[in-house]
Amino acid sequence: MKVYRSWGRLAARAGQLFMPSDRHAELPAPERHWLPIGQGRSYGDVGLNPDGGAIETARLDRLIGFNAATGLLRCESGVTLDAILAFAVPRGWFLPVTPGTRFASVGGAIANDVHGKNHHAVGSFGCHINGFELLRSDGRRLWCSPAENADWFGASIGGLGLTGLITWVEMRLRPIANPYLWVDSRRFGNLEEFFALDAEGQRRHEYTVAWLDCLARGSARGRGVYYGGDHAPAQRDLPVHRSRQRSVPFTPPLSLINRLSLSAFNTLYYRKPLPSGPALVHYEPYFYPLDGLLQWNRIYGPRGFYQYQCVVPTADAAQSLAELLERIARSGQGSFLAVLKSFGDKPSPGWLSFPRPGYTLALDFPNRGAATRDLFRDLDAVVRAAGGALYPAKDACMDATLFRHGYPAWERFSAYIDPAFSSGLWRRVNPG
Amino acid sequence: MRNVLIFGATSRIAEETARLLVARGCRVFLVGRNPQKLDAVLADLRTRAAEPGHIHAEAADLDQIERHPALIEAAATALGGLDTVLIAHGTLPDQRACEASVAKTLAEIHTNALSVISLATLIANRFAAQNAGTLAVIGSVAGDRGRQSNYVYGSAKGMVDLFLQGLRNRMSRHGVAVVTIKPGFVDTPMTAAFDKKGPLWAQPATVAAGILAAMGSGRDIVYLPWFWRFILLIIRSIPERIFKRLSL
Repeated sequence: MKVYRSWGRLAARAGQLFMPSDRHAELPAPERHWLPIGQGRSYGDVGLNPDGGAIETARLDRLIGFNAATGLLRCESGVTLDAILAFAVPRGWFLPVTPGTRFASVGGAIANDVHGKNHHAVGSFGCHINGFELLRSDGRRLWCSPAENADWFGASIGGLGLTGLITWVEMRLRPIANPYLWVDSRRFGNLEEFFALDAEGQRRHEYTVAWLDCLARGSARGRGVYYGGDHAPAQRDLPVHRSRQRSVPFTPPLSLINRLSLSAFNTLYYRKPLPSGPALVHYEPYFYPLDGLLQWNRIYGPRGFYQYQCVVPTADAAQSLAELLERIARSGQGSFLAVLKSFGDKPSPGWLSFPRPGYTLALDFPNRGAATRDLFRDLDAVVRAAGGALYPAKDACMDATLFRHGYPAWERFSAYIDPAFSSGLWRRVNPG
Repeated sequence: MRNVLIFGATSRIAEETARLLVARGCRVFLVGRNPQKLDAVLADLRTRAAEPGHIHAEAADLDQIERHPALIEAAATALGGLDTVLIAHGTLPDQRACEASVAKTLAEIHTNALSVISLATLIANRFAAQNAGTLAVIGSVAGDRGRQSNYVYGSAKGMVDLFLQGLRNRMSRHGVAVVTIKPGFVDTPMTAAFDKKGPLWAQPATVAAGILAAMGSGRDIVYLPWFWRFILLIIRSIPERIFKRLSL
C-alpha cells in the first residue's frame, strides 16, 4: 500500500501499483480502478485515486525522436517538462506552453491541458499537440489527433487522466535564440490600472502575468506588479546563469504562512524596487520561481494548503475580480502567491479545458479547515454568478454543481471515460 | 571510455548508465533480449546523442552462449574498437519455484552466472591481447553470503564474484581493469514485487552514476550505494551457527 500525496499534501492510499517501463506493455486488470499518476504536481485530488490503483508513469521517460529542423518531438508520456527543456534548450528549442512548474510530466500536462503566461498569444498546451497514443483498459491502442479519433483527442486533452493511459506523444516545440527573456516589470496601484497595463501588455508581450497583493483593500484593492516577457533575440553577450536549488528539508510543525507573515511579505514585495527598464532574465527563474525551492509546499506545515484558481469570463470581469478580491481580503486568509492573468481566445481542442477568454486568478490558502472551505464557498458563488469555472488541477473542494456549470461538456465527456479508470476528483464531482 | 558494449541494455540500470555515457559522447553498442524494448532504448539514446550513428543495437538472448563471439565481434566492428564492456543482464529467480525444480535452478544459474562467465572470458582475452580495457559486471550484495530467501540468485552472483576476482588477478599484468559492481536494493522493474519503502532502496539513476564513476576510475569491487559495504561486512561476520537460524 503506497501513500500518494498531491502537491497540496493531501494524502491518498493506493491499493494497487503498476509502474510500466515499456510503453508497449498491456494494462493489468485493476482490482478496483486505475488512475495514471505522473509527477504529483497537481494540488488537489485530480491526481489521486484513494483506495484505487495507480499507474505510475515515471519510467515511461524515453525520448522517441526529434526533428531538429521542425521542432517536432516525440516522447513517452512520463517524460517531464524539465527533461524536455534539458534536451531542447541547448538545441535552440523551447516548450510552446509551460505551466508554473517544469517538474510535471507531459501526460499530466495534457490531462490538465495546462496553460502558461503566453495563453493570450498561443493558447494552452493542448493546442501544440499533434497527437498521442491512448491505451485503454480493454487493450485497444488509439492514435488520437485532430484528424484521427478526433473525439478521443478532444476528450483526453484536459481529460483528467480518465480516458485511459497516454503512452506517448508528438508535440511541436518552438524555436529560441538563447535561454533568456527580456522582462518588463511595472507596479500598478489597483485593479483598474491592471486592466490598462494588461490591454497594452497583451499587444506588446508574448508572456504576461501579474502578482497581486491579495490583502490590499479599498482604493488599493488589486494592486500589484505586472510582468511582460519575450524571448531574447540572438545577442553576443549573455550573462552566466547558475542554476541554484535549495530544498525545504522537512515539514515545519505549523504553517509559516499566517496573517502577519503574509501582510509583511506583501507590503515589502509590492514596494520592492523594480528595474527601470527591461531586464534580461534566464528562463528558469522567470518561468519557474518556485521550482528553485524544492518541496516548497512544505512551508505550509503538516495541514498543507489549498490552491484556488478560477477563471471569469471577459464580460463583467472587472466586477467579478473586484468582488473576489474583496471577499479574500476580508477573510484575512491568503498567500504571497496571488497571480492574475488574462486568457486569450485561442480555443483548446480539449472538451474539459479550463482556459477560456477572460481572466484567471490563482491563490494559495493555508489549510485552516472549515474557515478555508467557507471562504471557498463564498468565492464559488462569485465564480458561478459570473459564469466562470475552477481549475481541476488545483481544486480539492468544488462541488458537482459548480463543476457541471463550469464544464458543460462534462456529459459528452463521460461517455469517453474508461470504465476501469477513476479518480478522487471525478468521484467527488460526480457523486452516486 | 570511448567505445562501450553493454549487455542487458534494456535493464533499467543499464539504460540509465547508457544515457550518461551518451551524454559524454561515447559510442555505444547495446545488446538486449526483447527487440521491442531494445528499439525503444535505441531510439531514446539516438535522439539524445550528438551523433545518432554512434549508437547501435542487436537483439540477442544471452543464454545462447554460442552467439557470444559473434556479438562481441559485431560490436567491435560497429564501434571501431572496444575499450569498455558492461555486463548488466540477468533475471531475479523465483526462489521457492527453484527449490522445487532442479531444471529451474540450473536455468537461473545458467543465465546469471554461466552466460556472464562466457562473456567475461571472451572479453578478457580480447582486452589482454590489446593490453587495455575495462570490464564491468553487475553482481549483487546477494553474492556475498548465501541466505535462505535468495540463495539461487546469490550463489550465481557469488560465482561471478569469485570468477571476476581471479580474472582481475590475471588481467592486472595486462593493464585491464575488472570491476565488480555490487548494488544493494534498487527500485527497478526487476524488483517490482518488493515493498519499496525505506532509505535502503536506491534509484537506478544513482546506481548508474556510481557505475560510471567506477568504470572511469577502474576500481575493483564497488558497493552501490557505498553503505552496503559496511552492511555486508557485518552480515559476513555473523558466525554460521547463528546465521543459519536467521530468516534473512
